[in-house]
Amino acid sequence: MTILQYQDLEFGDELPEVTPDVSMPTIRRFGEASGMTYWRFTDHEKARAAGLPGAIVPGIMSQGILVALIHRWAPSATVHKIDTIFRAPLDVDSQPVCRGVVTDMNDETKTIEIDLTICNETGETRVLGTAVVELP
Amino acid sequence: MDTGELKRQWVGKTFDTVSFEIEAETMLQFALACGEELPRYTDPEDPDFQAVPNYTSCFHGTRTLPEGFPMNMEESFDGGKCVEWKAPIRAGDTITAQSHLHDVYEKTGRSGGMVFIVHRMQFTNQNQKLVAVVDWKMIRKTG
Repeated sequence: MTILQYQDLEFGDELPEVTPDVSMPTIRRFGEASGMTYWRFTDHEKARAAGLPGAIVPGIMSQGILVALIHRWAPSATVHKIDTIFRAPLDVDSQPVCRGVVTDMNDETKTIEIDLTICNETGETRVLGTAVVELP
Repeated sequence: MDTGELKRQWVGKTFDTVSFEIEAETMLQFALACGEELPRYTDPEDPDFQAVPNYTSCFHGTRTLPEGFPMNMEESFDGGKCVEWKAPIRAGDTITAQSHLHDVYEKTGRSGGMVFIVHRMQFTNQNQKLVAVVDWKMIRKTG
């Protein structure tokens, strides 16, 4: 369901889940755009040699994925603030799931707070965050 | 490590200033890789084309901590990033970022003490308009 206006919302509304593309080609595309071209993001073998399970998704890309989740749900939304904690690495070429839920609403300013998570295939929360979003 | 003393001595002082030229193609690729679909972020021909709200989180200054600060990056881990969007960033903008330490504080958890250092970058455009504020928390274990 797409949200167009503040009045369409209710406390506790859940954003539609999204499985973002964190394949290696997309990570490299992000790396070229952001300067995040370090081997721990772009090279599975080198990452494993360094003790990681494999290459990992850059934290700020995870943050961007969560912003895109909000925009997909509410195209007219203005994301005023997004605060993310990178709790544990998110693997490149995995199938994570992004979720969000409305946890606060301010009728006066038409702003809401959304709790956000990115979980891996086994349901472990790897990235969590909150966003402050304004709607028309 | 006396966090009160660190705070008094280091917080609020600008220690780095850098400028960036904003290019449409870079903004576009950043947005597409994150899964953005809205034309205002993915179509350079859109009259409202702009960078995604967290775009500034990828910018770094010439140094992370002030010269002489009694800690180095190798001793810390990433505690997360917070981006406050203030105004659109457009292709062709010149963005200037100023860095200062915004806060230093201590917390004690089950695994011991931790010092939090909040590095803040404030981004203004060529018209001196504030466009974004990015806080980056660095954490160092103390116990």
